[in-house]
Amino acid sequence: MTTLDLFGTRAPSRRIPRFDPTLVLSWAIVAVVLAWALAPGLFTPHSGTVGIAGNQLKAPDAAHWFGTDEIGRDVLARIIYGAANSLAGAIVAVAVGFFGGTALGLVAGSVGGKLDIAIMRIVDVLLSVPGLLLQLSIIIILGFGTVNVAVAVGVTIVAGFARLMRSEVIRVRQADYVEAAFGSGGRFAAVLWRHVLPNSLGTVIAYAALQFGSAILAISTLGFLGYGAPPPTPEWGLLISEGRKYLTAAWWLTTFPGLAVILVVLAANRISQSLRRSS
Amino acid sequence: MTQAIVSRIGQALVVLLLAFTASFLLLQALPGDAILIKYQNPEMGLTPEQIAEIRVLYGADAPIWAQYGNTLWNFLQGSFGYSIQAGVPVNTLLATNLPPTLRLASLALVLAILLAFAIAFAATLAPFRWLRNALASLPALMISVPVFWLGIMLIQIFSFRLRLVPIINPNEFQALILPVLTLALPIAAPLAQILIRSLDEVEAQPFVAVARAKGATRKGVLWRHVLRNALLPVLTIAGLLFGELLAGAVVTETVFGINGLGRITEQAVSNQDTAVLQAIVILAAGGFILINLLVDLAAPLIDPRLKRTVGALA
Repeated sequence: MTTLDLFGTRAPSRRIPRFDPTLVLSWAIVAVVLAWALAPGLFTPHSGTVGIAGNQLKAPDAAHWFGTDEIGRDVLARIIYGAANSLAGAIVAVAVGFFGGTALGLVAGSVGGKLDIAIMRIVDVLLSVPGLLLQLSIIIILGFGTVNVAVAVGVTIVAGFARLMRSEVIRVRQADYVEAAFGSGGRFAAVLWRHVLPNSLGTVIAYAALQFGSAILAISTLGFLGYGAPPPTPEWGLLISEGRKYLTAAWWLTTFPGLAVILVVLAANRISQSLRRSS
Repeated sequence: MTQAIVSRIGQALVVLLLAFTASFLLLQALPGDAILIKYQNPEMGLTPEQIAEIRVLYGADAPIWAQYGNTLWNFLQGSFGYSIQAGVPVNTLLATNLPPTLRLASLALVLAILLAFAIAFAATLAPFRWLRNALASLPALMISVPVFWLGIMLIQIFSFRLRLVPIINPNEFQALILPVLTLALPIAAPLAQILIRSLDEVEAQPFVAVARAKGATRKGVLWRHVLRNALLPVLTIAGLLFGELLAGAVVTETVFGINGLGRITEQAVSNQDTAVLQAIVILAAGGFILINLLVDLAAPLIDPRLKRTVGALA
């Protein structure tokens, strides 16, 4: 157990964080994609949905960096306009997983007993079905569409959040300051809110960043299978699926949207890793 | 000890029953109705009475608890109901579509294990630090690649650019090589990650230093002592890998146009053919639960130190 720290030796040393190029690059990628999502018009003069006649299937050049597709739409513009779709979907998914899972884990870890067992069995069930099949089961109920896909992905990550939050709560509950808060007459809910929750959140937030990356992957997979946004929408997974028809003629249609997905997922994973170290 | 094993098996059965119940409630409480979707088609010219008769035939008019009991009883007997869309028993669909998926998945698993060991050993033994770091960060990159995109890129590179693998009239080996590779890479990545970390941790332990001090070579120690101790953490993700393998197979089959579990899953979702999807979900959950059960039961046999803590499994 920890003893009282009279000499201040364990005070958190505020070291200047070392410059880490991959971490800076990851934040830059996230910032750029976020900017694309918020103001796509600033980054490309082309439209994301309307093509130009006579401009079909042009290889990448100075005017169209990533080339054009079968009806003359600029691929870069489609990726830029698609960022909003992918990011919004991933944010909804992580929000569903985060709030649902954190609430379940908090209740299970702090109340304990039969309720804990019941909640953890539900979590076991959610974990026992492979993510994609669980998502498909939810989509078959809710129907196709961007929001439904995001919710389906969110439900599949509830279990991971619940498990992590529960173990964090159990860890924090045994800390001296929580015992002290209870000992000095704190009510259960108040102690939970003021002491247990804030101290459990650090790890959970790092996990949220990791799940953000996985959510982008999952959403693009469901988009590729055709369960997400309907065709004119520039969703990244859908772009790859549409580009498949022109694999021999136009490699750029499938290659660039895929690279966009990979870069964002890599960046999210790298950021999650750094958050985990600092928490 | 025996009590712990029995309670662990009981727990697995409870989770399986809960999974069945949840999937039944969700998939039967659907807004869409597979029977209506198929038979309400005006071209068939069926009257509402005839449709009602068909519903009786499929047992769709019974109260929900009776349907639940029936479905559960049939599942226990190994009969997974009828596919409304195909008009055949789900078992028939599975019998024709499961073998290609199993072959694809097992080949991919073998390749993934080989790849993971190769990467992990290379990342531990490579002569330069920069090379070791590069190899160790390879799995993180592989995890971030969408499976379907990987498949398309492999077709693009090996079939269209290099013309190594023909698409038209390939022989059996040629038809399998790209799908197996597509499925193996994302499975190999988490495996390699865990193996690298685990090898690192075990190598830092005192008994390794003792073995080295007694004159054993690094490779000898790694092979004879470290590897055996490093394998247990790898086993714990076996269930997870099974799920990844299955989900990856669905996507891979779609990309390469292979008839298999992935194809019928995709069709089931498009046609709201719930019986098919429920059977696949329950089979997948059953496989996951069984693998985790076996790993939990086998762990104390592999590492005798765990025998003392086996009660903590429950």
